[in-house]
Amino acid sequence: MADAAVRSDQGGVGADGADPGTRRDFLELLAWSTMGVGAISLAWPLVASMNPSADVLAVSSTEVKIDGIPEGSAITVTWRGSPVFVRHRTAQEIQEAEAVDVSTLRDPQTDEERVEKPEWLVVVGVCTHLGCVPVGNRPTDNRGEFGGWFCPCHGSQFDTSGRIRKGPAPLNLVVPAYAFEDDSTISIG
Amino acid sequence: MSADTTNPVFKSGILRWIDDRLPILSWGYDEFVAYPAPKNLNYWWNFGSLAGLMLTIQIVTGIVLVMQYTPNTTMAFASVEHIMRDVNYGWLLRYAHANGASMFFVVVYIHIARGLYYGSYKAPRELLWMLGVVIFLLMMATAFMGYVLPWGQMSFWGAKVITNLFSAIPFVGEPIVTWLWGGFSVDNPTLNRFFSLHYLLPFIITAVVFLHILALHQFGSNNPTGIDISKKDKIPFHPYYTVKDSFGVGVFFLIYAFFVFFAPNVLGHPDNYIPANPLVTPPHIVPEWYFLPFYAILRSTVYEQLFTPLGIFAWFGITAKLMGVIAMFASIAVLFVLPWLDTSRVRSARFRPIYKWLFWVFVADVVLLGWVGGQVPTEGVVWIGQFATLYYFIHFLVLVPLLGKFERPSRLPESINKPVLGGAPGGAQAQPAE
Repeated sequence: MADAAVRSDQGGVGADGADPGTRRDFLELLAWSTMGVGAISLAWPLVASMNPSADVLAVSSTEVKIDGIPEGSAITVTWRGSPVFVRHRTAQEIQEAEAVDVSTLRDPQTDEERVEKPEWLVVVGVCTHLGCVPVGNRPTDNRGEFGGWFCPCHGSQFDTSGRIRKGPAPLNLVVPAYAFEDDSTISIG
Repeated sequence: MSADTTNPVFKSGILRWIDDRLPILSWGYDEFVAYPAPKNLNYWWNFGSLAGLMLTIQIVTGIVLVMQYTPNTTMAFASVEHIMRDVNYGWLLRYAHANGASMFFVVVYIHIARGLYYGSYKAPRELLWMLGVVIFLLMMATAFMGYVLPWGQMSFWGAKVITNLFSAIPFVGEPIVTWLWGGFSVDNPTLNRFFSLHYLLPFIITAVVFLHILALHQFGSNNPTGIDISKKDKIPFHPYYTVKDSFGVGVFFLIYAFFVFFAPNVLGHPDNYIPANPLVTPPHIVPEWYFLPFYAILRSTVYEQLFTPLGIFAWFGITAKLMGVIAMFASIAVLFVLPWLDTSRVRSARFRPIYKWLFWVFVADVVLLGWVGGQVPTEGVVWIGQFATLYYFIHFLVLVPLLGKFERPSRLPESINKPVLGGAPGGAQAQPAE
């Protein structure tokens, strides 16, 4: 009896050549799987602790007063540690942004999809290439060929809707979630 | 370790008592005193022990610096200035540590180049070589995170650009970057974890260095002739190489001290003396000099100019940004498989008339890439960078494998003893050291 058990435990091969598996194989598999699941469960809190903490998530919305921004200029506000540009566009800039043929764009989006009110453009001021901050908030800055922003790191150029037009960046400047609280205040995030 | 080395006779009874129970003394004796080393090692073999010395210096100065440094975004920059101005010898410790990182890389690059020239990576030393590449990768991670700690403009923007590389990974890129940052941008959680890892990794490096030495002593050091040698051609490490290494340390310290005392900031970037500002990007971001060749490979990989044909990869969802990241990591990964790419059975370039030259072309190519990495990427620079990147991979993936098949090596000496003591035709002519 014991002999037979030992023999089958040592990987008894059936007459047809297939390994039928033994009770010990099953127990071993079960033990290893349980240990694996246990190890992952123990590792998870360590990995998850490196994700944004509650206080970082809590400050994820910002209120901005926009009535002081002169036409043609933008201001920079900080939202979740990143710069956000709030730009008061001139009638000409709006018209330029709306006149673009969307099918020619690298990341096709109409201007309407990117604004709540045409005179206000709100974009995250982080280049979609490698994260630099483009220049162009002041009318006197180098705004590139398309009148929006110019990234000094690797030369990406954005238009007056914050869309990528030239250079290495793959995507348009991101439009964050925001809402007008009243005519002179927006809440970002 | 080596069973055939004579056991030390410790005169002190206490030492004998300890060694009987914990044989660490005889282990140290076998590995670092009696270790039989080839008798013809030239000065290129000094750089292994110099690397060990630099690791020690970095750990010692680092531990003391941590006692004065504050890893918090509001205080980090000021605490570094506090070290420079208020702490006794703080300027010396910080300059020794910052320039020490550069010196560590100089030494390790020469150490790697020596391995490439004399074929030290070939069988049976493949794992020794691969452990060395692991150490190199760990060093790069450590140095990168250390550079972030002073929280200057280059610290911040370097961290931002390099961590943003991971956003190139399809689908999971953005969550990974958020996880690396511990937030939605490089901020205090990022600084804290980099500090933690910057303190941890040197000790992991130390552990891998011991594995590196273990693998080295398994078959013993390679030598300038690259041939397998007998016991007759070996001499004990102490005093022959302890004294030669010590002389090398003296010369090396002169160079190290020149930088620490006379040009402490010449290898750094002045923008890092501006406190980090998340809202303003410096006009020209460059990594530390020792990363420039790899940064050049990253930046040269765009689907334009020479690399326009690579644009077909875009159809498979591999953007130019992702391709750059792949190329950069591949440039180091290729070193892992080098022992199998090199089909030549002759180790030393001394006996390989073509490889001898290709080695120097490769060195020149890496230096050229380093220059490209420091330039503003104008069109001309990108052309040069793309050709240099292409050559880097052609060297490892095409030239090295083919050379083993087509190159006719010159005749190998039978032993180190023979050519030196007159066994070789032509009489007793000592080979000049290379």
